[in-house]
Amino acid sequence: MDIRLQDITKRFAGRGRRSQGETVAVRELSFQVPDGSLVGLLGPSGCGKTTTLNMICGLEKPTTGRIFFGDEDVTDLPPELRGVGMVFQNYALYPHLTVLQNILFPLENLKGAARPSRQEMRRRATEAAALVQIEELLDRKPRELSGGQQQRVAIARALVKMPRVLLLDEPLSNLDARLRLQTREEICKIQKKTGITTLFVTHDQEEAMSISDQIVVMKEGVLMQEGKPQQVYDDPANLFVARFLGTPPINVFKARVQAGQLWLASRPVLAVPGVADREVWAGVRPEGFIPDEAGPVVCTPERAEVLGRDLSMVCSHPDARDGALRAILDPACGLRADAETVHFALRADKVLLFDTETEQRIPVAADKGAAR
Amino acid sequence: MKHTSDLAANGRAARRRSGAVQAVTYLGLSIWAVVVLFPFYWMVLTSLKSYAAYNAEYTPSFFTLSPTLENYAEAFTAVPLGRYLLNTLIFSVLTTAAMVVVSTLAAYAFARLSFRGKDLLFGLFLSMMMIPSELVVITNFVTITNLDLRNSFPGLILPSITSVFYIYLLKESFEQVPNELYKAAKVDGTSDLKYLWKVMVPICRPTLVTITILKLIECWNSYVWPRLITDDAAYFLVSNGIQEIRENGFGRENIPAMMAAVVVISVPLILLFLAFRKKIMEGVSRGGMKG
Amino acid sequence: MNNGSKKAWLYLLPALILLGAFLVYPLIDVLIYSFEEGYNFASQTYWGIGGYNYSYVLHDPYFLQALKNTLILVAITVPLSTGLALLISTGLSSIRPLRQLYQTVYFLPYVTNTLAVGLVFMVLFQKTEYTDGLVNLMLQWFGGPTIDFIDGPYWAKMFVLCFYTIWVVMPFKILVLTSALASVNPDYYKAARVDGTSRTRIFFRITLPMISPMLVYLVITGFIGAFKAYSDAVALFGTDLNAAGMNTIVGYVYDMLYGDSGGYPSYASAAAILLFAIVLTITCINLLVSRRRPED
Repeated sequence: MDIRLQDITKRFAGRGRRSQGETVAVRELSFQVPDGSLVGLLGPSGCGKTTTLNMICGLEKPTTGRIFFGDEDVTDLPPELRGVGMVFQNYALYPHLTVLQNILFPLENLKGAARPSRQEMRRRATEAAALVQIEELLDRKPRELSGGQQQRVAIARALVKMPRVLLLDEPLSNLDARLRLQTREEICKIQKKTGITTLFVTHDQEEAMSISDQIVVMKEGVLMQEGKPQQVYDDPANLFVARFLGTPPINVFKARVQAGQLWLASRPVLAVPGVADREVWAGVRPEGFIPDEAGPVVCTPERAEVLGRDLSMVCSHPDARDGALRAILDPACGLRADAETVHFALRADKVLLFDTETEQRIPVAADKGAAR
Repeated sequence: MKHTSDLAANGRAARRRSGAVQAVTYLGLSIWAVVVLFPFYWMVLTSLKSYAAYNAEYTPSFFTLSPTLENYAEAFTAVPLGRYLLNTLIFSVLTTAAMVVVSTLAAYAFARLSFRGKDLLFGLFLSMMMIPSELVVITNFVTITNLDLRNSFPGLILPSITSVFYIYLLKESFEQVPNELYKAAKVDGTSDLKYLWKVMVPICRPTLVTITILKLIECWNSYVWPRLITDDAAYFLVSNGIQEIRENGFGRENIPAMMAAVVVISVPLILLFLAFRKKIMEGVSRGGMKG
Repeated sequence: MNNGSKKAWLYLLPALILLGAFLVYPLIDVLIYSFEEGYNFASQTYWGIGGYNYSYVLHDPYFLQALKNTLILVAITVPLSTGLALLISTGLSSIRPLRQLYQTVYFLPYVTNTLAVGLVFMVLFQKTEYTDGLVNLMLQWFGGPTIDFIDGPYWAKMFVLCFYTIWVVMPFKILVLTSALASVNPDYYKAARVDGTSRTRIFFRITLPMISPMLVYLVITGFIGAFKAYSDAVALFGTDLNAAGMNTIVGYVYDMLYGDSGGYPSYASAAAILLFAIVLTITCINLLVSRRRPED
């Protein structure tokens, strides 16, 4: 069962008197979540991603546009008739009910022929609990559980009614760093095991990149780009997406293109065939710097941080938009932070050019991902 | 999904149902609103009917075409209603002012000063909240009588000043003020009293306003203690005054004049409430009990 | 004692003096009074120590009448007002337009003078030789007989007393319950909606358990308040409650102390202590019952 959004717009009436200050939370949004895939909906806070999720599960109704589950138009269906399972950011486990009662809750809502027998309910609840490995916690109250365990109970509660679609709102944001890594693997595993079409919302690009089959990037209610994580990373549509994906973030330089060459600090640094002469934003991924005595990019090292297997070096550069750049290097490269200057060459596939006005990507002929 | 149309129909039915639920909700809420408002309407209405017109109605009518203010004149002249109002005003203002000063000092001591036995004393304070006023009123009556303070403002005011609950509320509020401010003031050589007046009181003004208003309401409506301690009409508060009016004032039959008096007594508090609606409701929901 | 300590006590002094004189000393004193037999207020003498005052009060038909009245009042108004307040605040939380207006209106009785508005109720329910009163008029519309609610049969009077008491206590209960309902995390309701939970089920399985601490609080304070009922009765039936047969325990205490039958602080003290004992017992039972429930 795939999910399709077609030209979804959501307006909220202004909070003030009269209808002044109407806000558009989502604007003409269309994307697709393929059947059985795990898709991350990604964007900074306030970009409309939670509103989008609420519209998919039916808690909110789009102002215009349609939502399809497979071939069925579910736009006008109330949430309970859509067959969605939802995991809330704070899990929304009922504190006065035990874990088992929490998981049974959605089943007990069913009426008539759809209502399973008592044994069947219990069987399905234990099955869901087993899937997320919390069988031994069934008699506890939510407050007696750790954050990670609560998260699993919430997932079990969402899965027990065998939904067509699973939705997760910021599933990892309430967990500490270590648990987050572990839980995101867990979510990925459960999704693969059940094969259920899953959409999750996050503001953490690393989280989205690491487990999603596809990511959808939003900004201020507008779709920026969708695609496979690596593909979006390598081939961002605009400066926003390029800056939003990747840690440390991409370095941005104020540069110009002249005679097929990219110029930084009055030096040609890279051949950029097929680009007309103009001012550009040049984005260079931190891993795009190659230490090279004869390299054209000259900058002043400020400090170096050894991060396990990487060396992260911060250097100042006159044309860098933030005044500094950060390069991720091999600790064995021999560069020292107390040196007068360091020289870099650039890897062509890690350099991206953007229009200074529209911030849209400028294709480069030799660019690997230029087939746009 | 082959049940699409079924599901959609279900959805429409659900929405219709929720529309009906909404209508019933509004109806129910409106009924209670009428129950609440009707006595107010009736009291204003009756106070505007002339004595003769009122008594001529064997079947009460829901409106009047010839409103008159004569009952208000009557209320102020036939009985000393102005005196009652003035007494209540003096009583309420003095009691509330004294309460604010006493409570502020005590709450400040509990919140900011350190002294031996503080925790024990505060525990005792809290347990005093459990003492019902009905229990202590007996001895207070005897005490005030023995001090020869019956029918006097000190006799009315003194036992009404302290409220453990308000001291508690203020202490909580004072404790919200960061300790660093106190330390900074100490470094600058500010005296405790000056710090309390210049820093704590302005910062905690919302709480002070809340307890002031709640105490004013309480004073305006107090009945039991004033009734016990005053039998001279010159010292009656409005509650006792209205009781007096009912039993000996206009005579049992002059209902319109009685209602005019009721309106006069009720209006000040309703105005106070409308002006400080948010503050009052917030203060009350933090644990204020009537009486 | 160091300097800072001295200062602190100075700040506390006014509060301590007032509380000591008008709260702590009376508490002890009232206990002593209640055991002093034959205390004479004028000569300040008594002739013995013992339980006679209690026995007198417990055999006094006026006290028994007051006790009966109070118990009936408590039994009727506490569950009814709490239930009604729950219903109203639930309705209130489910609407958006006009909500503020309704809330403001519902709070009005809180800021009115109980004695003054009681007169209005008296006028509404009264039946005199000049007029049947409004309530009787409405009874006639529905074909009922007319009754004098203020000076008529016992249950008619009790009905008015209960009605007025509920009218007076509702604002506080509605306010507390509305804020309790508002503090329930909306995600619980969203989760329930996604799961297709019916309204009734949401109410009984989610809302009610979530606000149950506040309900318990309201029931306890409601019990305490209703046991101390007095001014509502005075407002409706006048100061001579014994004659009206509508006295309450607190009214009995005050009448014993002062008033037509007054001048007996010992009997008043005994009655007040009995009231305190009843209230304390009920509070403890309530707390015990509510403590146990969440752990089931």
